[in-house]
Amino acid sequence: MSAALAGSVVVPLGGAVLALVGGRRAAPWVAAVTAAVSLALAGALALQVWRGGVVELEAGGWSVPLGIAMRADGLAAAMLVLTAVVGAAVGTAAMSEFAGERGRWARGDGFWPLWLLLWAAVAALVVSRDVFNVYVALELAGLSAVGLVAMGGGRAALEGALGYLLAAWLGATAYLLGVALIYAETGTLDMVAMSGRVGDGPAATAALALMSVGLLLKAAVVPLHFWLPRAHASAPAPVSAALSALVVTAAMVVLVRLWSEAMAGAVGAAAANLVGALGVVAIVWGSLLAMRQRSLKMLIAYSTVGQMGYLLLLIPLAAAPLARGGAGDRATEDAWVGGTYYAVTHGVAKGAMFLAAGCLIAAAGGDRIAALGGMAGRAPLAVAAFVVGGVTLVGLPPTGGFVAKWYLVSGSIRAGEPWWAVAVLAGSLLTAAYLLVVVRALMYRGDRPGEDAPPREPGRVPGGMLVGAAALALVCLALGLRPLEGIELLGVGIPAPAGGGGG
Amino acid sequence: MRAAGDPYLLVGIALVCLALRALVLAPGALRRIIALNVMGSGVFLVLIAAAARGEGEPDPVPHALVLTGIVVAVATSALAIALARRLHRIDERDEDDGGGR
Repeated sequence: MSAALAGSVVVPLGGAVLALVGGRRAAPWVAAVTAAVSLALAGALALQVWRGGVVELEAGGWSVPLGIAMRADGLAAAMLVLTAVVGAAVGTAAMSEFAGERGRWARGDGFWPLWLLLWAAVAALVVSRDVFNVYVALELAGLSAVGLVAMGGGRAALEGALGYLLAAWLGATAYLLGVALIYAETGTLDMVAMSGRVGDGPAATAALALMSVGLLLKAAVVPLHFWLPRAHASAPAPVSAALSALVVTAAMVVLVRLWSEAMAGAVGAAAANLVGALGVVAIVWGSLLAMRQRSLKMLIAYSTVGQMGYLLLLIPLAAAPLARGGAGDRATEDAWVGGTYYAVTHGVAKGAMFLAAGCLIAAAGGDRIAALGGMAGRAPLAVAAFVVGGVTLVGLPPTGGFVAKWYLVSGSIRAGEPWWAVAVLAGSLLTAAYLLVVVRALMYRGDRPGEDAPPREPGRVPGGMLVGAAALALVCLALGLRPLEGIELLGVGIPAPAGGGGG
Repeated sequence: MRAAGDPYLLVGIALVCLALRALVLAPGALRRIIALNVMGSGVFLVLIAAAARGEGEPDPVPHALVLTGIVVAVATSALAIALARRLHRIDERDEDDGGGR
């Protein structure tokens, strides 16, 4: 029954090994088959969860105190579908970047095994129910992502990769220290078993704080975002898309699981509001920094810093009420669906934007926003994909971003805490402000000679990258036009921690 | 977490704090890599303290976690050192080119 759940991790992991053994020629084909199978498995699993509820798997048939459990609730299934969809698009884009002899990157064949390993790690992160397994998956995701960032080979890429590695390492160490404390306190690593035993004593509170700081560092939440823009911007475009769409989001999913379920007993209202306030700061600060950027990929990377703030609003609006035993409350459910729907739509939209940016940069010969003048005429499809992704982030209909923000605002108002709704809407305006700067440059012929350094020689739009960007842009629209199935899916298995009213 | 584990717990936390100080204050990638290794050792000691809580036989689970943690730390250190060395080489080559930058 749960073959699809096991396959969601095992298939990309096996693909990574095969891609490594297969070498330069076979690797792209291995990746293509892996993506197709993973997409089918994720779809099947989502259907299974949507129809029949939460799917669980005890690895190797060992039950929980001894074995390690995996679980696909609605959120995990949706994240697996997101991973597979973005994965397929990134793989298609990578065909024109890394496959064969004509790739632009010196060590392009290294891309495939690292990328599939990253895929497996992200899948493991979202389905894992064991806090130590999460640590291993976090490190696996970090190591493979650092390898991908370093592929550029130049000074900027290596510095970005090293900064990313040290930040991820520190985050994982803080997380592991939290795991040590919570194991000493509860004697278990299983999230469900833990949720009944976590109290609000000092050890549990310290553990939750340490694990949260580790995950916030991994998710690049202000003020722990310092490593992200350089790492994401110096990587090749398909890698940036995968990192911004999947890796930071997966860390955020683990954070939400800890606060809403595993460590619910240690969650206090003040701490949850503090995390929410951090989210608001992230939205504002990330957007302001994005406005100041001159290079397109830097702007999109800072946009990720800002958008992660929306996911943090899940903590005060959904996780903390759930931790108090508020399952079934309409406000909480709306906020849960809105925040998680935003996690998925942001992933798709950010993937579309980074891939479209890759096309535009290749066509214009440089990534300075000022040098992108008139691209709407020369690469209309790439510009369209970028704009659809941008509109999704702003949250206008008919995109998935509108649906997600609608539910977030509804949850906030129903809960009687309208200030979060104000932050959601103000963030939309800020997002629109920095994206319009780019759109203006793309639409108008801004060629004022002599103002900027002359752009490099303009090139062709890479075909695979364009297909990937366009496909993800279509998914953004589909998420807005047919949201009901996705919303129902995300409503499956909203956590109801054992012990209910902790604290 | 009484009795047998206590010294390990204290030493572990002290190591984490020292490493954090070095990580914030020390310049240079190599020092940071060493600081993170020291911090990891501190966390491992805390895990060992967690194994010794209660009476009787120590709990084997945290020891397994430490083993896994050591493997992860070695792999991460190797990658970090490789990246730092590559950066160092780029610096050296730039200096040889006479640019001075």
